[in-house]
Amino acid sequence: MAKTYREINEKIASGKAVVVDAEEIIDIVKDEGLEAAAKRVDVVTTATFGCMCSSGAFLNFGHAAPPIRMSEIMLNKVPCMGGLAAVDTYIGATSESEDRGWEYGGAHVICDLIDGKSVLLEARSPGTDCYPTKEIKTYIRLDDINEAYLYNPRNAYQNYAAATNSSDRRLYTYMGILQPRYGNVTYATSGQLSPLMNDPKMRTIGMGTKIFLAGAQGYVTWYGTQFNSAKPASANGIPIGGGRTIAVAGDMRAMSTDFIRPGVLEKYGVSMFVGIGIPIPVLDVEMLKCLAVEDKDIWTVLEDYSDRSGADATIRKVNYAELKSGSIMVNDRMVRTSPTTSLMKSKEIAQILKEWISSGEFTLTEPVMSFPENHALKSLKIRKVK
Amino acid sequence: MAATKKTKLLLMFPKELTGEPATWVLVKEYDLKINILKASINYNIEGRLLLEVEGEPRKINEGIAYLKRSGIKVEKNGTSTLIDTDRCIGCGMCVAACETGALTLEPYGKVQFSAEKCLECMLCVKACSQRIITNAFDRF
Ligand code: SF4
Ligand code: SF4
Repeated sequence: MAKTYREINEKIASGKAVVVDAEEIIDIVKDEGLEAAAKRVDVVTTATFGCMCSSGAFLNFGHAAPPIRMSEIMLNKVPCMGGLAAVDTYIGATSESEDRGWEYGGAHVICDLIDGKSVLLEARSPGTDCYPTKEIKTYIRLDDINEAYLYNPRNAYQNYAAATNSSDRRLYTYMGILQPRYGNVTYATSGQLSPLMNDPKMRTIGMGTKIFLAGAQGYVTWYGTQFNSAKPASANGIPIGGGRTIAVAGDMRAMSTDFIRPGVLEKYGVSMFVGIGIPIPVLDVEMLKCLAVEDKDIWTVLEDYSDRSGADATIRKVNYAELKSGSIMVNDRMVRTSPTTSLMKSKEIAQILKEWISSGEFTLTEPVMSFPENHALKSLKIRKVK
Repeated sequence: MAATKKTKLLLMFPKELTGEPATWVLVKEYDLKINILKASINYNIEGRLLLEVEGEPRKINEGIAYLKRSGIKVEKNGTSTLIDTDRCIGCGMCVAACETGALTLEPYGKVQFSAEKCLECMLCVKACSQRIITNAFDRF
C-alpha cells in the first residue's frame, strides 16, 4: 500500500483528504495500527514557532527621479545591506537600530512593514553619472514598494541542544536567561510537532516544498545554512542535537504578524519568531512510522552554555517528554525547564494548515531536489594573519 | 495567640491622601508587621505602595477596611508586575527568568502569573521577548 503525491492531491481537491496534526497522529496509530492508519490518513501537519536569527527580507524600493544608487541604507535607523543593485536591499532580522539598540531592529522593521506601517527610509550614495542623487529621506509602506519577500537562510532547525549554566553568573543568551549554578534549563523546538523531527531524513521536504510561512503560503528554497545531515542520530533517524535546516521564502504582503514577531532577547539582541508549518504526505507505512514519533523518543543533548571554549559541553542526553514535563534531573538535582519555542503558536499553525488542506486550499508539492546526505558541519579555523 | 498569615497589598493613594500615615496606622492600631516592597509616593501626585503584611487574619481584614474607609484603593495579592496577556505569544522567555515559579505557561498556552509567589524582582520585565511585562511603579 503506497500513495503518490498525485493521489493525495486529488483527494485534497475533492475535499476528501484526511488530515491530522503530528500529535493527533500518535493516538490514531496507537488505536488503529500502522497499516490501517497509513491507509486512512493522507496528510500530517507539523509546525514550529521559535526564534530564528537567520531571517530577513529582500526589498526593492523602486527608483526615485532623479535616481540614486543606494550604498548606505537605513530603515527606521536600522542599517540594511547596501551591496546589491541600486534600489535592492536585504534587511537582516538581527540588525540593531542606531537609536534604540536591541529594543528595535530588523525584525521590527519587517513586522512594521507587514502591519502596513510607514517606515523611514534614509539612503546615501557617492553618486554616479547614471545615478546622480546622493541622498534621500522618505517614508515607505509595503504597498508602495516593488518586491518584498522574506528570505530566511536558516529556519526550522531539526533538533537543538538544550541549555543550562554551571557558572556563578547569570547568563543572557539566545536560549533565554540561564540562572547560575544549574538554576534552570531551556530548550528549543516543538518536539513531536516539529517539522523536521517528523521527516528525519527529509524524504518529503526538499527544494520547492510548499509550506505555511508566517501566515502565507511560502516555499522551501534550499537547504538551510549549517545544514548537518552527518550528525549522530537515534535509531529513529532523528539527530541528537542540531541537525538539518531549511531556507524558506514567501511574499511579505500575504503574511500576518500573528505568525511572525520580533523577539527582544535581553543583553543578546534582536531575533525573530517565525511561524512555519509543513505538511507531510503519508506515502506509506515507513513514512507514517516517522510521523508517529513521540516526545519520549526524541533525544537531544543538554549543554553547559557557560563553557564556550568549543570543548564538548554536554552534560547529559535528554528527551522532549522530560523537557516538556517542567523539570529534569541535572547532576542529581531536579531543575526546572522552560521552552524558547511557543507550543501555543506551533499548535495553532499545525491546525490552520490542517484546515487549509482539508478545505482544498493548499495542495502538496513533491520536492524537485532532495537535500544532501552526509553533509557535515565545518567550524572556522583561525589562521595566522600577516 | 491566633495564627498569623502573610499577604501582599497594593495601595493606591489618590493625590489628596498622599500624606495619610497609612503604614503607621496599620502597625500601631492593627498590630501588623509591615515590609515595604515598593513605594512611589509623591506628595500631591497619586501614590503607590506595595506592602507585605503579616498578622492575625482578622486584624489584616480590619486594616484593609480602615484603608478603604480612608479612601485608599487596596488590591489584595497586589503586585507591581503587569502583564499584557493579550499580546503574549507563549514563548517562555519570562519563565526562564523567574526563579520563584511565579511565571509558568499554560499547556499549549500563554503565560500564567501568581502574585503570591512573585518577589517583585522585575527580571521578567527584561526577559519578555515581546516587552509586554511592565513594572507598575515605573510610571510614577
Ligand atoms: S518580578 Fe521576579 S519573581 Fe515576580 S514574576 Fe517577575 S521574575 Fe518572577
Ligand atoms: S516572555 Fe512575554 S511573550 Fe513570552 S511567554 Fe512571557 S509574557 Fe508571553
